[in-house]
Amino acid sequence: MTSLKQIMFFAGLLFSIASFPLQGAAKTDLVIGITQYPSTFHPNIDSMLAKSYVHGLMRRPVTVMDAKWETVCLLCETLPTLENGGAKLEKTPDGKDGIAVTYRIIDAAVWGDGTPVSVDDVIFTWEVGKHKKSGVSSTEGYRRILSIDRIDDKTFTLHIDRRTFDYNNISTMGLLPAHLERPKFQNPEAYKTQTTFDTDPMNPGLFMGPYLMREANTGSHMVFERNPKWWGKTPAFDRITVRVIENTTTLEASLLSGGIDMISGELGLNVDQALAFEKRHGRKFNILFKPGLIYEHIDLMLDNPVLGDRRVRQALMYAIDRDAISKRLFGGKQPVAHTSINPLDWVFAADVPTYSLDLDKADALLNDAGWPKKSNGMRANDSGEPLRFEIMTTAGNRTRELVEQVLQSQWKAAGIDIRIRNEPARVFFGETVTKRKFGSMAMFAWISSPESVPRTTLHSKEIPTEANNWSGQNYTGFKNAEMDTLLEDIELELDREKRKQLWSRLQHIYANELPALPLYFRANSYILPKWLSGITPTGHQFPSTLWVEDWTVGK
Amino acid sequence: MSAFLIRRTVHSLIVLFVMSVVIYGLIGLMPGDPVDLMISADPNITTDDAARLRAIYGLDQPLWSRYVNWLGAAITGDFGYSRLYAQPVWQAIVPALSNTLVLLISSLALALAIALPAGIFAATRPYSLADYGINLAAFAGISMPPFWLGILLILVFAVTLGWLPAGGTPDAAGVAGSWERLQFLILPVSALTIAGIGGHTRYMRASMIETLRQDYIRTARAKGLSESRVVLGHALRNAMIPVVTVIALDLGVLFSGALITESVFAYPGMGKLIYDAVMGNDYNLALVGLLMATALTLLGNLLADVAYAALDPRITYEDLDA
Repeated sequence: MTSLKQIMFFAGLLFSIASFPLQGAAKTDLVIGITQYPSTFHPNIDSMLAKSYVHGLMRRPVTVMDAKWETVCLLCETLPTLENGGAKLEKTPDGKDGIAVTYRIIDAAVWGDGTPVSVDDVIFTWEVGKHKKSGVSSTEGYRRILSIDRIDDKTFTLHIDRRTFDYNNISTMGLLPAHLERPKFQNPEAYKTQTTFDTDPMNPGLFMGPYLMREANTGSHMVFERNPKWWGKTPAFDRITVRVIENTTTLEASLLSGGIDMISGELGLNVDQALAFEKRHGRKFNILFKPGLIYEHIDLMLDNPVLGDRRVRQALMYAIDRDAISKRLFGGKQPVAHTSINPLDWVFAADVPTYSLDLDKADALLNDAGWPKKSNGMRANDSGEPLRFEIMTTAGNRTRELVEQVLQSQWKAAGIDIRIRNEPARVFFGETVTKRKFGSMAMFAWISSPESVPRTTLHSKEIPTEANNWSGQNYTGFKNAEMDTLLEDIELELDREKRKQLWSRLQHIYANELPALPLYFRANSYILPKWLSGITPTGHQFPSTLWVEDWTVGK
Repeated sequence: MSAFLIRRTVHSLIVLFVMSVVIYGLIGLMPGDPVDLMISADPNITTDDAARLRAIYGLDQPLWSRYVNWLGAAITGDFGYSRLYAQPVWQAIVPALSNTLVLLISSLALALAIALPAGIFAATRPYSLADYGINLAAFAGISMPPFWLGILLILVFAVTLGWLPAGGTPDAAGVAGSWERLQFLILPVSALTIAGIGGHTRYMRASMIETLRQDYIRTARAKGLSESRVVLGHALRNAMIPVVTVIALDLGVLFSGALITESVFAYPGMGKLIYDAVMGNDYNLALVGLLMATALTLLGNLLADVAYAALDPRITYEDLDA
């Protein structure tokens, strides 16, 4: 027995010693857990959050939105504005209102191979971006640029074909290193498969951030080490490993076992998972919750004659208690939404009509609309047709299914019969929502950005039909002439105050007309080690890694 | 034998061709396309962008036309480009394939090394305490859901004891020696091995019990041969025939079906790759991945047939073709 114990002891010792590097990682190394692997490392092909996250470690956009949700320079010296003379109103060659915006790239900025980041890179990126066959996902921003003037190697002026309020925000223009990529663009059609970003992603010349990628094990992990040519503030860690663990139970286990140091908020645990984790292990970690721009809502099918009645839509809102849902299911971490505009956004209208639980109001509105309560407590019209709706969402999404059940019981208390019919995400988004096949209600989320004009979801020209090959994202079929005008005017209004008034009117129409039932804004949950500080969640599409040089090792 | 192998290879190629048509068609019938997925992730993609991207990726072409294009290229050895991994399909498959083969071979070898002796041992002592014990353990292995077993192993060996990593693969840039690589393999291999032992033990036991009832075994015993000689020298070859069939079929299942184990242990193998490709509408990758699973199943069956002939001299290759 003694010998068995000795064997067990030595086996345990052997394992412990062997696994030491996993558990006791030195503070010069950081291991981050995320749940998704990037499909490509090209900055402008196929937008995805995992790519933005790792690019934050090794790239810098010219401009970004910071944690205060304001546009700032990361690769430019000063943000050009009309006020500081960096931007000037002008006429386009065909006489329309245009604008000229001048940027100066930081003098010290160089790619990882030492080549200066220059206007050549800007012009090349524009050429690729506007080319129809390059494979770049979104070309709208590039096509709006009529020409680029080279002032010197570091200074350039964009001539833009319209005067939009976000004229100085070129965050979607991910600079490409012309010295490496131009030869690959000789055949634009083949560019998306031949780009150095995917054929040689460890090439230092592709990146100009604080870190360079040293290893990419597809589907498993990426390793980043300091960029010796980085011109900015020196980051705290010699080496950062980003491990991809899709299964959130394993992600938690990896954190607890020391396999990873932190779980990213951008791509990590849901709020309910993080709250449960906080209860069990909250003392060992710092847990941050940051409400963001992912807007959970229920799209209503306005072609349905019952839901076409605004009184019914408003009654649906008065019959549910979203505050209780936020507090009880999400610990108050995911704030109630009043419209699609987040309260953290400067254009949010504080006086927008809100809907708290009020069964009397719901009762009055439904009676007025011809849906009185019957003896069984449920509502029906004069013909005896019950007030019944079908709600659909993505099957397997635990949080949405839970919210759905709570809403069903709350609506039942108001006499409204709700039937749940969920579908796999692939069917739900691939067919039911995009082809407007949901009969009544579809619960899902929109991903937005600060001061993002919701044209694709609210403009009457964006209603998907068979005739337009199901393009557009106005799935509810919302048609409102004033809303159409507002959506067009907001984008072109440069005066902040006037624009805020337009935004306010937009939100009031949204809250009164209720093309969709606003539920809540999702929050990101960051699970961080006690010794790590300086991570500032942004709540929008620009990840916290863009400021990795501010992350510090505390006591 | 060579004529048999040629015939079976031709049959396999026909099956693979038919399967490629079926798989491509089924994936094409699934709702949505890759551009729909891009739109859901990027609100800046306009209607014009969507139409342009569909044209670039050939998604505006009819399904049959896309298949014919793929087949034409595949015959020349070009299996296409994986949109999901932004690299040629083979480059995406090779690392996942090598990971899966390591997992598959290790777990299958371990499972067989434990299950076959256990099954034989139980069969030679039917209804004894040892037989009941082995059966109980086998049923426990069969009944345990792989995801539960995986999580249990992680909780015990990674979280509580801290001996092993919870999942993933080692960094090449770190101290990734063979021991570190082994550490990352121990838990997923254990989960698959435990899940596989039960079934193989039961098959081996049942087959051996059946064989031990045969007349020639009685004759061997009457000749005064030792029990181990009877079992290992005479019964085992025949008892292995049905077990070999199960092992052969297991190859294909393990290849594409280790998805749950790979998912729980964040192990980037073929099961996960095929699942992601199907869900991400990556036609080329999904097709090649599923065809490889089919090919492995066919290869497993071929090996089983060859093994039959090796195990039982009465079976000829003509019999197998029939």
